[in-house]
Amino acid sequence: MQSFSYLLARTPQEAAALAAATPGAKFIAGGTNLLDLMKLEIETPSVLIDINGLDLDTITSTPEGGLRIGALVLNTDLAANPTVRSDYAVLSRALLAGASGQLRNMATTAGNLLQRTRCPYFYDTNMACNKRSAGSGCSAQDGVSRQLAVVGASPACIATHPSDMAVAMQLLDAEIHTVLQDGSERVIPIEDFYTDPAANPGIETVLQPGELITAVHLPAPLGGRHYYQKVRDRASYAFALVSVALVLDGKGGGRVALGGVAHKPWRSREADALLPSGAGAVMSRLLAGAQPTHENEFKILLAERTLAGLLSASAE
Amino acid sequence: MNSEDSIKPSRRDVMVVGAASSALLVNACQSATPTTYAEEGPPVVNETTSTVTLEVNGTPHRLTIDNRVTLLDALREHLRLTGTKKGCDHGQCGACTVIVNGRRINSCLSLAVMHAGDEIKTVEGFGTPDAPGPMQAAFIREDAYQCGYCTPGQICAAIGVLEEIRAGVPSHVTPSLTGPVEASPEEIRERMSGNICRCGAYSNILSAIQSVSGAV
Repeated sequence: MQSFSYLLARTPQEAAALAAATPGAKFIAGGTNLLDLMKLEIETPSVLIDINGLDLDTITSTPEGGLRIGALVLNTDLAANPTVRSDYAVLSRALLAGASGQLRNMATTAGNLLQRTRCPYFYDTNMACNKRSAGSGCSAQDGVSRQLAVVGASPACIATHPSDMAVAMQLLDAEIHTVLQDGSERVIPIEDFYTDPAANPGIETVLQPGELITAVHLPAPLGGRHYYQKVRDRASYAFALVSVALVLDGKGGGRVALGGVAHKPWRSREADALLPSGAGAVMSRLLAGAQPTHENEFKILLAERTLAGLLSASAE
Repeated sequence: MNSEDSIKPSRRDVMVVGAASSALLVNACQSATPTTYAEEGPPVVNETTSTVTLEVNGTPHRLTIDNRVTLLDALREHLRLTGTKKGCDHGQCGACTVIVNGRRINSCLSLAVMHAGDEIKTVEGFGTPDAPGPMQAAFIREDAYQCGYCTPGQICAAIGVLEEIRAGVPSHVTPSLTGPVEASPEEIRERMSGNICRCGAYSNILSAIQSVSGAV
């Protein structure tokens, strides 16, 4: 690990200003992914700004009838929150499907959104990776790609976003609230938050230098029945091959989002509209243009069958 | 290394130490409001060590350490509390599990300097060889280990698991998110999935945890 200075932030505005003005600065909250990457010297911040002292760890109601989730709310606490369990069950289920109990006790809401891919070539510094080292190439294209993206990827990068929580957040039309270095604030719909990997896979979100996530807002509850089905190589504590977040409105309609298939949670409103026609119709639309490798083409059928299984179960 | 048990700082001192480690940022922010950073350039920050007081098993320890030191390495290498084990050092095996402010965490994925004012409890804090705590006694009674390397992490994780169940925190296998949470074998297995045992003592680990969960 490379040496760094360590600072405690006092306010979100100061933290954003300091991070923007200091080359090599990074925020640290739970640290569960960042410290791992620092040990491997994939991340080499010169300054760590500890934001854990900021007052961003509460869950409150919004005037619109939704929920404001502070950036520092721990994954365990978000999953166990009574309102989330009753009104946003898909979010609880997604969180509980991710990581281990120890990690959920450290990982934060904002950090979960910003975690990096688990593509093995991103973590192996001996291998070419455009995300880690721009222009070096992509070892995954002809490598071990079982876990990697089948849709939305580019020849430059086929990494997947590893989060389960973000898949549910995308389904729920979450909005990400931030503060910028000049103290101004902005709201980013989660569907606009992650950037395509074509141009520069190393840049993954629309966040500007120093911009700090302060909260995630959820709209008023959707109602309906909530499902989160994660398919993985072992029963617990593994990243998704495919995950399906689903909310059904009881009248044949609903929403679908996929994890484990792209660089971001994968959803389209056009595909949602096809839910009354069944899993095949939804996936034909949602995964249109997919370009899987020979190692991960199974994900196309797996996604369809996982959704079909949920729809079948919901009809019982 | 810098453990000075004789100092015994008070809670108030912990707060002061916490403030001191933030002095650089405070100075930077006081000397330059956010809107003037561009004019004045980035603040100069080059301190790579910090002084922090860690309260471990009820005893405060004041340490001046490199910022890179993880909580795990602070416990083992600086405080000589070698009960907590280093397995993978990447948060995958659970051998480093300790309890911080009542919750189990991977101490390998947390920096020591981030724990000023926290209450840290390691396997040494739950009993001694002569007077083992309930979970430690259960692991011995149920023969819940072979080589024993993962055992301190298993014990700390198990204590955290039972507390989470008692608090009603649901898990991936909890049938209803709005119903009760029970210490069933399925629940315990799911919740212990962050702790790997290469000897494969899992069935006896489950027995040990169940025997304690029934006792409380």
